[in-house]
Amino acid sequence: MQITDFNPNIVAFCCNWCSYAGADLAGTSRLQYPVQVRIIKVPCSCRVDPLFILRAFQRGADGVAVCGCHPGDCHYATGNYYTRRRMALLHNMLDFMGIERDRMLLQWVSAAEGAKFAKTMTDFVENIHMLGKNTRLADWRVVNAGNNETES
Amino acid sequence: MEKIGVFVCHCGSNIKGNVDTAAVVEQISHVDGVAMAVEYPYMCAEAGQAMIRNAITEHGLTGVVVAACSPRMHEATFRKAAERAGLNSYMVEIANIREQCSWVHRDTVSATKKAVALARAAVAKVHRNTPLHPGESSVTKRALVVGGGIAGIQAALDIAEAGFEVTIVETTPSIGGKMAQLDKTFPTLDCSACILTPKMVDAAGHDNIAIHTYSEIEKVEGFVGNFTVSIRKKARSVDMDKCTGCGDCWAKCPVKRVPSEFDSGLCNRTAIYTPFAQAVPNVPVIDRTNCVKFKTGRCGLCRTVCQPGAIDFDQQDEIITENFGAVVLATGYDTISLDKFGEYAYHDSPDVLTALEFERMTNAAGPTDGRIVRMSDGHKPKSITFIQCVGSRDITNRGKTYCSKICCMYTAKQAILIKDKYPDVDVQVFYIDVRTPGKNFDEFYRRAAEEYGVKYIKGQVGKVVNVGDTLHIQAVDMLEGRHMDIQTDMIILATAIQPSATAKTTAGMFSSSVDQNHFMTEAHPKLRPVESHTAGVFLAGCGQGPKDIPETVAQASAAAAKVIGLLVKDKLMTNPCTAATDEDLCNNCGLCGNVCPYGAITYESKLTASVNNALCQGCGACVVTCPSGAMDLHGFTNRQLMAEVDAICK
Amino acid sequence: MLEIMKQRAKELLESGRVVRVLGWQRGDFPNLREPVFFTTAKQLDNLEYDRFCAANLSKYLIGTDVPTLAFLKPCDTYSLNQLVKERQINRQMTYIIGIGCEGSAKLTDMEENGTLERCLVCTKTVHAAFDELIGEDAAPREKNDRFAGVGEIEAMEIAARYTFWQDHLARCIRCNACRNICPVCHCKKCVFDNTKYDTAQRANASAFEEQMFHIIRAYHVAGRCTDCGECNRACPQAIPLHLLNRKLISDINHMFGEYQAGTDTETPGPLTNFDIEMDKEVGL
Repeated sequence: MQITDFNPNIVAFCCNWCSYAGADLAGTSRLQYPVQVRIIKVPCSCRVDPLFILRAFQRGADGVAVCGCHPGDCHYATGNYYTRRRMALLHNMLDFMGIERDRMLLQWVSAAEGAKFAKTMTDFVENIHMLGKNTRLADWRVVNAGNNETES
Repeated sequence: MEKIGVFVCHCGSNIKGNVDTAAVVEQISHVDGVAMAVEYPYMCAEAGQAMIRNAITEHGLTGVVVAACSPRMHEATFRKAAERAGLNSYMVEIANIREQCSWVHRDTVSATKKAVALARAAVAKVHRNTPLHPGESSVTKRALVVGGGIAGIQAALDIAEAGFEVTIVETTPSIGGKMAQLDKTFPTLDCSACILTPKMVDAAGHDNIAIHTYSEIEKVEGFVGNFTVSIRKKARSVDMDKCTGCGDCWAKCPVKRVPSEFDSGLCNRTAIYTPFAQAVPNVPVIDRTNCVKFKTGRCGLCRTVCQPGAIDFDQQDEIITENFGAVVLATGYDTISLDKFGEYAYHDSPDVLTALEFERMTNAAGPTDGRIVRMSDGHKPKSITFIQCVGSRDITNRGKTYCSKICCMYTAKQAILIKDKYPDVDVQVFYIDVRTPGKNFDEFYRRAAEEYGVKYIKGQVGKVVNVGDTLHIQAVDMLEGRHMDIQTDMIILATAIQPSATAKTTAGMFSSSVDQNHFMTEAHPKLRPVESHTAGVFLAGCGQGPKDIPETVAQASAAAAKVIGLLVKDKLMTNPCTAATDEDLCNNCGLCGNVCPYGAITYESKLTASVNNALCQGCGACVVTCPSGAMDLHGFTNRQLMAEVDAICK
Repeated sequence: MLEIMKQRAKELLESGRVVRVLGWQRGDFPNLREPVFFTTAKQLDNLEYDRFCAANLSKYLIGTDVPTLAFLKPCDTYSLNQLVKERQINRQMTYIIGIGCEGSAKLTDMEENGTLERCLVCTKTVHAAFDELIGEDAAPREKNDRFAGVGEIEAMEIAARYTFWQDHLARCIRCNACRNICPVCHCKKCVFDNTKYDTAQRANASAFEEQMFHIIRAYHVAGRCTDCGECNRACPQAIPLHLLNRKLISDINHMFGEYQAGTDTETPGPLTNFDIEMDKEVGL
């Protein structure tokens, strides 16, 4: 696939209290960022299960971002401290297994950082463009099957 | 059979201008389970809400997706609308196609595609939503105030005046805090004690206020509305009920050389003492580490002279346990240690004082009766030099990176107090910046500089050397770019303030958090400045961040208003988006309890973990920690999020 | 040593201190030693202990509600501690006789040099828990860089790393031996078997399903894995699963401070804990 045709699929998990609000602020400030970014709201970044990230890659995401409150500012006091440890390990683990580490991003975005959110996403999508399509973690069976909703 | 209704809002042209809403309606209506889809200019308007209500009734909808602005705007509105039509409010999901789509993407074609994807994800989630019902919990209509400084006193008085019982817990033997030590207050030069002591007396005499001084928080259990707090009342060695406060005991105490905490160490106190004359309660305490009776077993003079027989050497610490509905943390500040700041010669010369020490010196009730003298020789200084930002805005890793906020103003105040008393004394101030935001603050500072002739020199002091009976200062005047080598008789350091040592542990006991500087963190820096992260725990005063007296009082009253607003309720609605264990899957391994910030998970059944819904705030840390998937979070279940992932990746 | 073990086991059984004994006996193949519960003194004549008794017996103690004697090698006691910490084993119901170990051998190796890799690089040569000891704890191994294999993979190009794991994991037949033998894989029902959470395995036609399973399995035991090496020993397809676990252990040690799961029964694991200052260095 030509990079010029490549329309990456980006999932961004945003915590409700900081990063989701930061993304909203990017909106109210009309700060543009790539349209491929799609946000899933979670109460706290510590709610993001590594399974969700792998599942996103499996279902055709080319990049997955996890955004939470800055360390020390977590709405739930300590949630993002666990996130930080978990994601650091997962990040290294994926890299160890030969999956480009830049496909996964952990970033702290506060409710006041609309500009940071927009920039983070712009940079992230640019990196994903350089990496190209995620083939290593995509489950071709599912992606090729098109729109069939998977049964539970 | 699921019947989901999708309602696409135009938000005038805010959404419609960039998203082809008709295409969104068309495409989403083909998604499995979608029974109907419509668009409307303003879904949040009454007519829009009526559309949702009618559709729920007409189509028998089992779920609703509103593709509109951020859920932070109108999620509550749409949930209420659904509830009114008989649909559980948690069967409503919002697809944020304004803030996160139409406003951030200019290309209509791709923005429309994204809007469809977001709506599809919301539909996928609603498929897996289940009706949720908020629980109820009771409210103990009493408040706890931790800290008896001006913040704690003000909060307690406000709460008590509203008719609720308040307990103040203070670690030192008297309430009053740092404000009791101050001489005058800026920018009005009110006498600090004159405005504080009436409040202390009011608090002590108030029917609704109980004060435990010389006491500490021992243990905290429970949650908003229902805190159970154990308070350690340290052994005072004096019977509070019998003591009349006559003062015979400390007048006779042979141990006379203990540095007085209240007078910042400028003079000494006895081993049995009241910290200051207006102390509340006016009952002395025996400082057991310095008391001869406790050290050697001999003495006991105080007991001999005490006519009411109040002295009790055998008194033990007492632990009392009380219930509270709400808590105000007002733990205050301390000044930082100057051990790492050898360049200011604080430990080398008695004539180098901290600002708080100077407050005691200039106070008429202080150790020098308000005379400003050199501690080394008792002479009146001819020149006094202030050094600002001692440990504040520090980039050398010895002090604090933040601005202590109050120093510029109290330095101007102290300079004015000196000039008022001794117009002939030369007063100069070394500063980095003079920061005077506040009502009448800049005027006050300019008075110091212009009317009183206080010399302000922009620059930091490099070194202070104590030579003979004068202090030599090496500094740089940054505006004139010249090196300065000057002599002065006395130096006053504007020492940085930091949260009191107990702030972190106290916050921890209430599951509240502190920042990197150990200041307690507020729930939202702009919009929830007096609430902590823990429901029912509120913040006031310098424990939350540096602030002056009016700001402290304002925050204390705000915290009190929040407490009152909580205590007037008979029942609290609990957030239904809490974690829950699947008892068939849980094997009681205990991992989830380790990460719960609220202590909401217990293992009392011995077989499975159980979540206390009133404590759980719904962060989800436990869910991800649980390897088997036994723990799940209502409203953000694994199935819901997984379905969103699947839908959004399509 | 075996005679002393039998004698002590008989004594404890006959005295009523324990009602059963967990050990090994000969299996159907020449070097197969299978875990077994003995309940009579007579049965104990069949107790075996030699280099082929590789199985980590601690997992068999899960849920024990009768006093049980178990013979544990030094490394097995770390799993025991971890399981006590995770409340799967009631330590009061166990009587642990720590037994000396010189390293276990591969089932298929008749030769003298058939020592298991995990034993060659063993760091857990001293018992972490026991009620009594028989035999001596071995001296630490000379060649004990258990992270060398991890380092070799880390040094590869990213594409080579991918191929390495792709090749290995493609062989996975999802027999679940790794999961079933792992002491800390003690969930009542594995998340990958749970139809309720949309994570259950469908047909294992896709290579990625295996990757996902192994990534998540390694991740779920991160900070809890004692590096007992049983997953690697049990895998019929010779997938070097221990490398995934050791990668996580190595990263935990580097990022969050040295940690050996099962050293004690109290310290919170690295993923259920944090250190605000230290974690700043994690670099995320």
